[in-house]
Amino acid sequence: MTITADREATSQEDVPRKPPAKKKARRDSQLKAAILFLIPASIGFVVFFAWPAIRGLYLSFTDYNLLRPSTFIGFDNYVAISTDPVFWNSLKVTLEYVVMNVGVQTAAALGLAVLMQRFTRSMVVRGVIMLPYLIANVIVALVWFWLCDYNLGIINAALDFFGIDKVGFFGNENVAMGTIAMVNVWRHLGYTALLLFAGLQAIPKDVYEAAEVDGAGEWRVFRSVTLPLLRPVLAFVLVVTVVGSFQIFDTIAVTTGGGPVDATRAINYYIYQRAFERLDFGYASALAVILMIILAAIALLQNKLLRANESDLER
Amino acid sequence: MTIIAFKAGRAARQASREDDPSLAKSKVAKFFGRLALVIVILITLFPIYWMFRTAFSNNRAMFAEPLSLLPVDFTWGPLKRVLGLATTEEALAEGGSGASINFAQYMLNSIAACTLITVFQVTFSSMAAYAFALLNWKGRDKVFSIFLIALMVPGIFTLLPNFILVKDLGLLNSILGIALPTMFMTPFAIFFLRQFFLGINRSIIEAAVIDGANQWRIFRTIVVPLAWPQIITLAILQFIQYWNDYLWPFLVGQSEQSKLLTVGLGIFKSQTPQGNPDWAGLMAGALIAAVPIFILMLVFGRKIVGSIQSSGVK
Repeated sequence: MTITADREATSQEDVPRKPPAKKKARRDSQLKAAILFLIPASIGFVVFFAWPAIRGLYLSFTDYNLLRPSTFIGFDNYVAISTDPVFWNSLKVTLEYVVMNVGVQTAAALGLAVLMQRFTRSMVVRGVIMLPYLIANVIVALVWFWLCDYNLGIINAALDFFGIDKVGFFGNENVAMGTIAMVNVWRHLGYTALLLFAGLQAIPKDVYEAAEVDGAGEWRVFRSVTLPLLRPVLAFVLVVTVVGSFQIFDTIAVTTGGGPVDATRAINYYIYQRAFERLDFGYASALAVILMIILAAIALLQNKLLRANESDLER
Repeated sequence: MTIIAFKAGRAARQASREDDPSLAKSKVAKFFGRLALVIVILITLFPIYWMFRTAFSNNRAMFAEPLSLLPVDFTWGPLKRVLGLATTEEALAEGGSGASINFAQYMLNSIAACTLITVFQVTFSSMAAYAFALLNWKGRDKVFSIFLIALMVPGIFTLLPNFILVKDLGLLNSILGIALPTMFMTPFAIFFLRQFFLGINRSIIEAAVIDGANQWRIFRTIVVPLAWPQIITLAILQFIQYWNDYLWPFLVGQSEQSKLLTVGLGIFKSQTPQGNPDWAGLMAGALIAAVPIFILMLVFGRKIVGSIQSSGVK
């Protein structure tokens, strides 16, 4: 600090016109440096994000199938999608999944976050509840596929032991999507709870003191203090999980493969099948564009929600 | 010294715990609250335990005792056969399929791919984050926001054209093909590091400029060492993410020399006979794929948990 001040003082006395020139020179050199620093990342961005995005949009207007050159066919893919029953079904089952997954997960994670905030500061507890999130989707899916196996899985064996009818968790078309939703609740519960817990930690401690002085019970504290102050964080978490669970793929791919019948053919899995099982890259790209539009709409909704809740917090 | 510091820290934590009004005081509430936490922890750990229990069971003997809480007829057989160490006869005797499967090779492939991605991505992303956080140039924030838009694009949208690109480059069935799209940067990595670089005291950097250091030198000798804990945290997070990734490596890496663990697991499952699946072998494969993550969690648990709490909600 002192050195800088000294320098400025001397230079101002000796050569009054030099400093601005020097400053400009430095800014120019920083632009040059910035370009050099950004070269590798920019290559990655242009080649593997920007260009594929443009190409994907273009492909959605073609009949490209990986084997022969593509022809431009205008909106034909989109028109075909609008009357594609498999697409509409995939949208329906994806929505079912999102509602079950996000609904249960958010409620349970909120409960768990409050439990942690009120009853423990243990890092070990945090580490343990986060563990499932660090395990690959594929592994989690296979472990639950085994736990839920109709013939030998521990859950059905236990049901059988207590004289309850066995359940085809992955094999029954009315149950399969619910099972997949719960498997992913298990994987994401701790992670979501930690995000909410971070939000809870940001709530000023003295409001709890005040609540205690007023003699408020646990439920009352939750309803009147914790929940209103947490709402902005909750809105954020909700949107992140909705956008994430819309893209469900791995669990379906290694367990049901879209079945039984069409019960678990979620949108992302349908895109994959069109592209890589039927080589309909054009059609699949159009489906991906539609998925992106849906997700962008959700993100916009997020902005509105967050803004509405900021004022809520300030009050 | 450390013991004293540890004790002091513990005492301080104890004191702050008693002062913390957000912790419940009532004994009844404490009892039920902790009971609920114990139940959650049991539900969290049971499937993981079951993976261990099954991986050390004899697949043939397991059919008779599905409810046994301990490994049935404890054996290293399943691990041996998925690592390619058991003969076909040994595998068949314990209820394996006898098909050759080599998770040791997939493990090496996974380590190679994830290390390649992580090292390059974190290096290049930290350089970019430096340009976005600590250099002054026109249009900086605009360029940064363009980079951030990529965060919004769903993976499957860029995955299709990227597959065509990697195929055209002749890189299908290679580790490089798996790594290429994420080796240069991800918007998340740049965003994550930029947050920390913004917090670096600029007067240190200005002093170095006056001393005649060039930007590369400042980056290498000042910024990187200062942000080293965050850079390591990011590297761990990204390593885990690519370790767990499935769809992209499944599409690009189908050969024995490029198959990653998750892909090998998926194929193992799909090839398993419908009538009497090799559950023990499948869980042994899952265990092999999961153990490196457990080790990372044991060593870096605090960093990993902390990163979610500091960067998740902003």
